[in-house]
Amino acid sequence: MWQRDGGQLFKKNFFFSFCVKRAVLRCLFVHFLLHSSYQLFVINPSFLCFRPALLREQHYQYLKKGLRHLSDAYECLDASRPWLCFWILHSLELLEEPIPTAVASDVCQFLARCQSPTGGFAGGPGQHAHLAPTYAAVNALCIIGTEEAYNVINREKLLDFLWSVKQPDGSFVMHVGGEVDVRSAYCAASVASLTNILTPKLFEDTTNWILSCQNWEGGLSGVPGLEAHGGYTFCGTAALVILGKEHMLDLKALLRWVVSRQMRFEGGFQGRCNKLVDGCYSFWQAGLLPLLHRALFKEGESELSRQRWMFEQQALQEYILLCCQNPAGGLLDKPGKSRDFYHTCYCLSGLSIAQHFGNMDLHHEMILGKEENRLAPTHPVYNICPEKVSQALQHFHRLVIPVFLDSNY
Amino acid sequence: MSGVEETLNESVDIKEDKEFDVEAEDHIGDDYFVDPTRYLFYRDRKEWADLEPVPQDDGPNPVVKIAYSEKFSDVYDYFRALLKNDERSDRAFALTAEAIELNAANYTVWHYRRVLLQALSKDLREEMRYITAIIEEQPKNYQVWHHRRMVVEWLNDPSEELEFIADILSQDAKNYHAWQHRQWVIQEYKLWDNELKFVENLLEDDVRNNSAWNQRHFVISHTTGFSDPAIVEREIQYCLSQIRKAPHNESAWNYLKGMLQDRGLSSPPGLLERVLELKETHCSPYLLAFLFDCYEDALENSNQKENVGEEERKDILRKALEICDLLANEKDTIRKEYWLFLGRSLENKSGSRGPSDKPPEPSDPASGQQEMS
Repeated sequence: MWQRDGGQLFKKNFFFSFCVKRAVLRCLFVHFLLHSSYQLFVINPSFLCFRPALLREQHYQYLKKGLRHLSDAYECLDASRPWLCFWILHSLELLEEPIPTAVASDVCQFLARCQSPTGGFAGGPGQHAHLAPTYAAVNALCIIGTEEAYNVINREKLLDFLWSVKQPDGSFVMHVGGEVDVRSAYCAASVASLTNILTPKLFEDTTNWILSCQNWEGGLSGVPGLEAHGGYTFCGTAALVILGKEHMLDLKALLRWVVSRQMRFEGGFQGRCNKLVDGCYSFWQAGLLPLLHRALFKEGESELSRQRWMFEQQALQEYILLCCQNPAGGLLDKPGKSRDFYHTCYCLSGLSIAQHFGNMDLHHEMILGKEENRLAPTHPVYNICPEKVSQALQHFHRLVIPVFLDSNY
Repeated sequence: MSGVEETLNESVDIKEDKEFDVEAEDHIGDDYFVDPTRYLFYRDRKEWADLEPVPQDDGPNPVVKIAYSEKFSDVYDYFRALLKNDERSDRAFALTAEAIELNAANYTVWHYRRVLLQALSKDLREEMRYITAIIEEQPKNYQVWHHRRMVVEWLNDPSEELEFIADILSQDAKNYHAWQHRQWVIQEYKLWDNELKFVENLLEDDVRNNSAWNQRHFVISHTTGFSDPAIVEREIQYCLSQIRKAPHNESAWNYLKGMLQDRGLSSPPGLLERVLELKETHCSPYLLAFLFDCYEDALENSNQKENVGEEERKDILRKALEICDLLANEKDTIRKEYWLFLGRSLENKSGSRGPSDKPPEPSDPASGQQEMS
């Protein structure tokens, strides 16, 4: 394990062999428990070596191809194509692989075709607008970060769209005539804040609705009353952070719930209590720790660590590197499952969270395995690189907030 | 047209084979064009000849381009045509089912189907049968459950729901959509009566089913509530008895804590003692964490109470910190960072030092965001 602290590198040898043993045991446990293919060890002996490698080149080829062409297995994601753009672009940015200018421009033009004439983005050209592909499209455009990309977004129409899905109780439906759950609040808050169309009125009562999703377990559910779940907890918490209201949560209860979601044997995170580990929760769950760290700090908590998040960063990196990589490229849920771009995005995002502690002023890295495993840091609220967040905020905050004309509704 | 060409060749082969077969003529009557079991693309169906299909507008240099099957492209080219014209017809309605089968996550198609259901005054009972079948095939999809909810609302008839959801849960007892639909039905139509029994049956099947524990909390909080001490005692007994059967079941411990946390863990008399008793034979990291929470709660409440002496407070603090250490270093090491933090935090709050001064509040959330970059 390499630790970088203010420029000095420390190699911990004995820690290595202890880590190897525990990591191998962990992976064996997961493999055999799930009756999965332990042939993985035979195919790729690097899994047994004491410096697990991120298969950068393989992931890069998988992503590069997917950005252009996808097999018919992806027909089921035909209403989520902006998501495919985001998952792939974000994975590439984490791997610090540049996006060629032509490709970036093609993505912009494609997403422009996904934009609805009535505002917001749809799952594909000609489909209806939906908050999830809207979130993904705006994020993808911010990753590209060119003037062309920013200019794709019709801010006035986007605001119209957000108003069209706003409910009287503070929640948002995912699309006109669609379902309500806490994802929608996050998607709305994310795009509104990045593109500077956010007004307090738009999110009136949203805070209270999100708060009502925190349950007896300490985590948040999709709608009030349901089980606490990692994906929904992330969405609700991140939305509140954007609205500046995260302190209204029971932070202690939330913290206890999320740290309890890390699996003591596998090292990865489960989505709900007593369910199985899944690589994607490396981001949805582990990503909560940076948010809570900052929230607690703002509340005056003096005993926070200055070096580590409150989860086992090394164990998570081990789980991802040893158990979630497809040798041909792409990442996955758990051994035995197939790779896909969603898991590639969120496993890598979680790996980044586990590698990087802190912010601009205070930064401490913990890279498991080779130094080359290092990914770019990701912003725990938006899950795009922090520089891209700043750049987008800078661009859009020079523009005037559009005025929403109530008479339309 | 290739489908048609293939059949022509086949019938020629058969004819040749059976040239001298007395019964060859029997096959001449077989017309593949009207064989209802053979799939025909919409572009080849004469009843659709009036409609010009609309190909997908991906632009000249597509990205994330999916290699759709011919069937998929054909169906969706025609769906786009219908949408463009806002056609409200039975043929449109039939096509939505095909489009859904090819991609049940296409929410635009579902929305359109709902428009047609109303515009054509379709039989909603039949739609219930349809959506029941679709959900059985694809129970982890958002759109199918939302669609069912709409139909139930239009019919204002929840009578099939609890049984249907129970069936889905029998295949996957933790299906989040199923539970969401169940809670909506129960709350909307006030069907609380048998739900606690339903939950108990599920917990008999699998005491570790956290969704069932959640449902238990849901039912009780919306019916009797957790204020009545008799209810609380009953629930405590229930939890402890499940814990005795399966000591490492986190759900039961979380439920116990979750139920009591608002009123204080030290409020039920004798609870701490019962847990300490369990510690001897049924210890787990969850039990220890619960003990820690009891001690922390006692310390917090002792601030208000006059009868808790300084010695007693120190003793409770010591026990709490001991548990933190035990968990951090031995019993729950995956959460070491967390337990160490809790220990420091508790010591700081209750120790001889007073709570430290709050850092100055940042002036606005935006600057806070940039702090994180």
